[in-house]
Amino acid sequence: MTPQHPTAPLLQVRDLLVRYGETLAVNGVSLDVEAGKLIAIIGPNGAGKSTCFNAISGQRPPNAGEVLLDGKSISGLLPETIFSLGVGRTFQVTATVPTMTVRENVQVALISYHRRTFSPWVSARRLYREEADRLLELIGMTGQRDRACGVLAYGDLKRLELAIALANAPRLLLMDEPTAGMAPAERNELMALVARLAADRGIGVLFTEHDIDIVFSLAHRIVVMNRGQLLATGTPDVIRADPRVQEIYLGRDDHTGSAEKQPS
Amino acid sequence: MSLGLFLAQALTGLASAATLFLVSVGLSLVFGITRVVNFAHGAFFMVGAYVGYTLTNYFAASDALSYWLCVVAAAVIVGAIGMAVELLLMRRMYKVPELFQLLATFAVSLLIDDILPIIFGPEDLLAPRVRSLRGGIDLFGARMPVYDLYMIAAAAIVLLLLYIAITRTRWGVLIRAATQDRDMVGALGVNQAWLFTGVFTLGVFLAGLAGALQLGRTSANLGMGTSAITEAFVVVVIGGMGSVTGALVAAILIGELSALGVAYFPQLNLVLMFLIMAAVLAVRPSGLFGKPEALTRQHEFSDEPPLRAISRPLAFAAIALLALLTIAPAVLGTYGLSVVVDVMIAIVFAGSLYLILGPGGLVTFGHACYFGVGAYAVALGIRYAGLSFASALVLAPLAASLFALAFGWLSVRVSGVYFAMLTFALAQIVWSVVFQWYDVTGGDNGLIGLWPTSLSPLVFYFVTLALTAGSIAILGWIPHSALGYALRVTRDSPARAAAIGIDVRLVRLFAFVIASLFAGLAGGLSAFAKGSVFPTAISIGRSIDGLVMVLMGGVESIAGPVVGAAMFYLMQTEILRYTDRWRLVLGVLIILIVLVFPKGVVGSISQRLRGEESR
Repeated sequence: MTPQHPTAPLLQVRDLLVRYGETLAVNGVSLDVEAGKLIAIIGPNGAGKSTCFNAISGQRPPNAGEVLLDGKSISGLLPETIFSLGVGRTFQVTATVPTMTVRENVQVALISYHRRTFSPWVSARRLYREEADRLLELIGMTGQRDRACGVLAYGDLKRLELAIALANAPRLLLMDEPTAGMAPAERNELMALVARLAADRGIGVLFTEHDIDIVFSLAHRIVVMNRGQLLATGTPDVIRADPRVQEIYLGRDDHTGSAEKQPS
Repeated sequence: MSLGLFLAQALTGLASAATLFLVSVGLSLVFGITRVVNFAHGAFFMVGAYVGYTLTNYFAASDALSYWLCVVAAAVIVGAIGMAVELLLMRRMYKVPELFQLLATFAVSLLIDDILPIIFGPEDLLAPRVRSLRGGIDLFGARMPVYDLYMIAAAAIVLLLLYIAITRTRWGVLIRAATQDRDMVGALGVNQAWLFTGVFTLGVFLAGLAGALQLGRTSANLGMGTSAITEAFVVVVIGGMGSVTGALVAAILIGELSALGVAYFPQLNLVLMFLIMAAVLAVRPSGLFGKPEALTRQHEFSDEPPLRAISRPLAFAAIALLALLTIAPAVLGTYGLSVVVDVMIAIVFAGSLYLILGPGGLVTFGHACYFGVGAYAVALGIRYAGLSFASALVLAPLAASLFALAFGWLSVRVSGVYFAMLTFALAQIVWSVVFQWYDVTGGDNGLIGLWPTSLSPLVFYFVTLALTAGSIAILGWIPHSALGYALRVTRDSPARAAAIGIDVRLVRLFAFVIASLFAGLAGGLSAFAKGSVFPTAISIGRSIDGLVMVLMGGVESIAGPVVGAAMFYLMQTEILRYTDRWRLVLGVLIILIVLVFPKGVVGSISQRLRGEESR
């Protein structure tokens, strides 16, 4: 929706460094996300993928390096500020409100996006109801919109997270394992939807995913991480042929050998 | 001030710091392992003093050795009492919500508060002083009590032993491991239950030791428990929960500050303590040596159903009640009306607390602060500015929300037990200022004769009725509003709140100020209803009353605090007719609520109704 400069990528991450005590969880990672493109981060467990997401979205400010959105630095900003700049995100462990209905979960994100949070006199029940319903229709949850979020199946929560992340009409979507815990058919469906949204609305998508088939069929570019470091970046074909990637994934290191089995 | 006097003050400060350290390190260790903030910790400190008094008297300890033996024996006895409490009560508490843990331990302190005077009588008790511990030594021309040096030495010995135990023994390894991840330690086959018992006993032992040691400096008295727990909270909030180093550094800081503060700015002493706490929290919300809390923890009432529009029967019941109260003056006499007024004031107070506790999910132990500020605003306004009834009544909520803005700004930087401790400490500081500022507030004697001569009781009744109805309508509405929704997101999923652009602290502050505004209104009304104001309006007792009212009713809707406040008030009035051991009754009542009836009356009824619907 926002016109993009053809030369400047939507998101630029430069030499990102995040430290947990003595551990370098992310060590000098650089990557770009262009509008309308799907970029996947892959790597074994503990490679630093989620930490990357948290550093970009402000949940865990980076210790060094820079995060640029449209060429402007957003590193170190609060998550709520980054949200207001048009960044939506989903969480690896779903973060929804169990005591609200599905629709209310989306409504409250819309209320915040439209800056109506500090209105003690406005009834939230009616605010942005249609808009919320449209988002729920998009992800195919119309039938469940009045159910309490606390009783949903895990796969449905994951889909709901997407609807919430879309509430601020994001230009950049950060999806940390959006399909973990879903059935294979559901996964393909959800990620196909994400790909369609990215293309239609010009949303840049950065995602992690354990299902290698999805990654290689949908991602425009793949970033491979291992132990906090960037191992390789390239198109699916380049990555597939990279011997170092094969080494990690085919298990020459015995401790990473089983890391990429699909969750059952 | 001469160098000698300064040094003497500094050493006195260090002696106070010794007591503070012993009390707070126990509190902190217990929290580190069990995640329970033990509100009864101050009460155990007090028991230490009383048991120490008994032992030194019984054995007529006249030499230093027997004195020290009595002190240690007292600590051991208190430790044993602590162990019994852990085995009987605390063990059932580790899995329940924080609020219930805090309330249950507070209930223990209520029991102790009422049992001690039964055994020892209400007077302050002065232990026999041992000659060899009594004297002083000269220090650059100033006299320094030698006992203070012993206190410092005792704390140093405990610190050294703790350090060795934690760094060198297997038990210490377990403590450190369990502080990091207690479930993992359990999974590795360590008997968690006994680890918890051990640490709880140790913590209480240290509190008892501090209390018994205190006998050499002051008398044993019934107020020492509350002041000890307040200072210990300040220390752990500044030092960081679960950190021994933090407890040490903060204890020295506060001890010295109090001692030197008394010497240099006696009037500003408490304000200084507040400013230090504010400064530390502004920079490091988890304290000097504390670890930041994880933001992802789910709220404890996560099985609560989604909010529904106010049901028709409930709306009818509310209208019927309102109609009944409108015609009540035709039936009830003056006394009856005053009872109804008191109940309505309690309802507004509980209703305002509900907003913070229910939709806000924040446990405050200092809500009385805003009630009291409202009450004192009325009293001071009438006394010193000659305000009219109406303008004084406007001033009350205004003053309360100003205080709430300042204190809330500080408090919303933390959450969970830190929030509870901080709100408590702030309220206690205000209480102390009111209590000590005799010239203005009348201290203990309060301010009396506030009833304006032109005001008729009937008019006041209808004013109260209208304000109560309006307050409850607003407080019940807010959870349904945009703000209320945002508030519930901050409660249930702070990480999600931030990710959808909600400023968690600002939303909480907003709700906190709104709630305090209504608490202030209740306080203002109570000043008129009673015609007087006393420091008890701000006391921890009133904050707890509010919590019990809300919990008796239930936290899931505004009907809870309304029903709970009415029940609580009538029950209290009834019970007080038969006994003045109200705290004993209240303590038992709280433990019953926590163990048997955690959803409250309204919550349990609506849960039952829902259960039948789904069948």
